[in-house]
Amino acid sequence: MSTPPLLSVENLSVRFGGITAVSNISFDVRRREVFTLIGPNGAGKTTVLNIISRIYQQTAGNINFDGYCITGMKPDAVAGLGIARTFQNIELFEHATVLQNLLIGRHTRRQGNFWQHLFFTPSVREAERAAREKVEEVIEFLDLQHYRDLVIAGLPYGIRKVVELARALCIEPRLLLLDEPSSGLNPEETNDLAFWIDDIREELGIAILMVEHDMSLVSRVSDRVLAMNYGEFVALGSPDDVKVHPGVIEAYLGKGNDISLLRRHLP
Amino acid sequence: MRFIFKTSYDQDIRLARHSGYVFWYGLLLAALSVAPFVLPVYWSSLITMTMIYGIVGLGLMLLSGFTGLFSIGHAAFMGVGAYMQGVLTAQGWPFPFALAASMVSSAAVGAVVGLPALRVRGLYLAIATLAFAFIVQEVIVRWESVTGGNRGMAVGMINLFGWKTGSPIVFYYICFALTVLTTLGVLNLLRSPTGRAFVAIRDSEVSAQSMGVTLAYYKTLSFAVSASLAGLGGALSAHMLRFITPDQFGIVQSIDLLLIVMIGGLGSIHGAFFGALFLILTPQVIALSKDYLPPAIGQTVGLQSVLYGLVLIAFVLFEPTGIYGRWVKIRTWFELAPLYRKNLLKRQRRFQKTERLT
Ligand SMILES: Nc1ncnc2c1ncn2[C@@H]1O[C@H](COP(=O)(O)OP(=O)(O)OP(=O)(O)O)[C@@H](O)[C@H]1O
Ligand SMILES: [Mg+2]
Repeated sequence: MSTPPLLSVENLSVRFGGITAVSNISFDVRRREVFTLIGPNGAGKTTVLNIISRIYQQTAGNINFDGYCITGMKPDAVAGLGIARTFQNIELFEHATVLQNLLIGRHTRRQGNFWQHLFFTPSVREAERAAREKVEEVIEFLDLQHYRDLVIAGLPYGIRKVVELARALCIEPRLLLLDEPSSGLNPEETNDLAFWIDDIREELGIAILMVEHDMSLVSRVSDRVLAMNYGEFVALGSPDDVKVHPGVIEAYLGKGNDISLLRRHLP
Repeated sequence: MRFIFKTSYDQDIRLARHSGYVFWYGLLLAALSVAPFVLPVYWSSLITMTMIYGIVGLGLMLLSGFTGLFSIGHAAFMGVGAYMQGVLTAQGWPFPFALAASMVSSAAVGAVVGLPALRVRGLYLAIATLAFAFIVQEVIVRWESVTGGNRGMAVGMINLFGWKTGSPIVFYYICFALTVLTTLGVLNLLRSPTGRAFVAIRDSEVSAQSMGVTLAYYKTLSFAVSASLAGLGGALSAHMLRFITPDQFGIVQSIDLLLIVMIGGLGSIHGAFFGALFLILTPQVIALSKDYLPPAIGQTVGLQSVLYGLVLIAFVLFEPTGIYGRWVKIRTWFELAPLYRKNLLKRQRRFQKTERLT
């Protein structure tokens, strides 16, 4: 590989008190790649995303994004570098409209300082129009036109998930972190999601690092998959290889073939 | 209901969303412009008082209603502004400069009080602000050489570059102008990235950060702006009262301010002014109604506080969205007259969000 990876995670470990949530995990995400983390509940997948978006602090390890070491940065700083994310339990601004939520996605691209905002100078007005134009592009991209002026608190779950994705896209990120984007979606919505993920990669040129349980979606959109269990590395490779990896099968089924662990991951 | 066809993005950016706004607010401004000449002096002084508390309420609304940070020591910032104004006026500073200095010093104190907000939230933050308010009050009491301590301090007349005036009409127009300007300023903030960052922090700190909002900066900013408006209100009330003492800026005053935003309706600019109006008018109404009550009740000591307390409890119980919420219901009822349904505007009660990670 001649070009360096967009994101590289080296020997990442995280401990919460006595629990080791992530233990010595390393991987790279390349430009325009869809990279997926899989693993049973509690494997540490969300924790990896939380470290990359700097919500949690790692115990050991190093993360580089596009040449910057981000392990000492704050969440708002990595957002400024172009890392956007969604949350496993949707974290939208509940009392605001879809439009207002998406405009907050333009925060890292804002213009003007406090005083200019206080007087709403012509340049601020111009910047607001530009922000709105960008937001409208995203609304169009994800078909959110009907919901533009509705308040989040009244929207169905599936739409909220799309709004959260839209808000992340408004950052115009270079890396998108998605935490279980298909959970709670019906098959039709999941199908839309698969198309959008392809478009985000192909048309917008954004790399995606996602956590996902739906294996058919994973196989359909991912370039590479990393499987984890109890915070530890299990396997890394193409979706088809990882699916049949003995360690992965054991992680999901357990040594005693306890099928109940699998229930949540079956379609 | 009014359906607005949107044909340009500017319609969402403009302050006046449709012609109705222009008409009704124009009417309100016109009425307020002639009020001192039409109303008895006492009534226009009540309006002046309402505008002053409206400004302070606006500041606290920005902090609590829009940024989600609660302060139960906000009267301390009024105190800082009032004493600063008193001292500088005594030294012969022209009114606009003294006012600006009062705002700046309150803002500075506000930024310092905001520091705990970077670490704690909710009740703990509220207690930190309360503790700070006690400190400010104590400083005012102890610093007798400047503030006159518990004996209080007389505040000079407004000095407009040599022209001194104690005219209530001039003062009315000064307060009116400042109310309009501060309201426009706050509305501008709210429709710009700064205001959106405030609201983001209120609704979800985790995702605000992940959207690139620097929590420390915006929380400090919100405290500073909020405190500067309280300082402005304090400075104006110093001129209004002509004599200030430390206990005017104590815990009772702080709670009154909190009531303005709670009763007015958290998260609404209208609410700040409805709340201020309520705070100023309720004691008047109670005092007036005393004469019509049987003497056994009407002459009871403490009737005022009890009634006031009851009205408050009723509000908190039955109208959690505040006067603004009631106002929206009434307005919608008129617009929809035959079609209005009872639960049309029902929405979730707003509780402060608990701390929660992903
Ligand atoms: N803030 C925290 N404090 C303490 N322990 C935590 C914290 N966050 C996560 N953990 C623990 O770390 C481990 C990994 O959690 P994580 O949320 O990363 O799992 P996950 O792979 O995302 O699982 P799921 O599929 O259920 O979302 C779990 O044992 C969890 O209890
Ligand atoms: Mg998870």
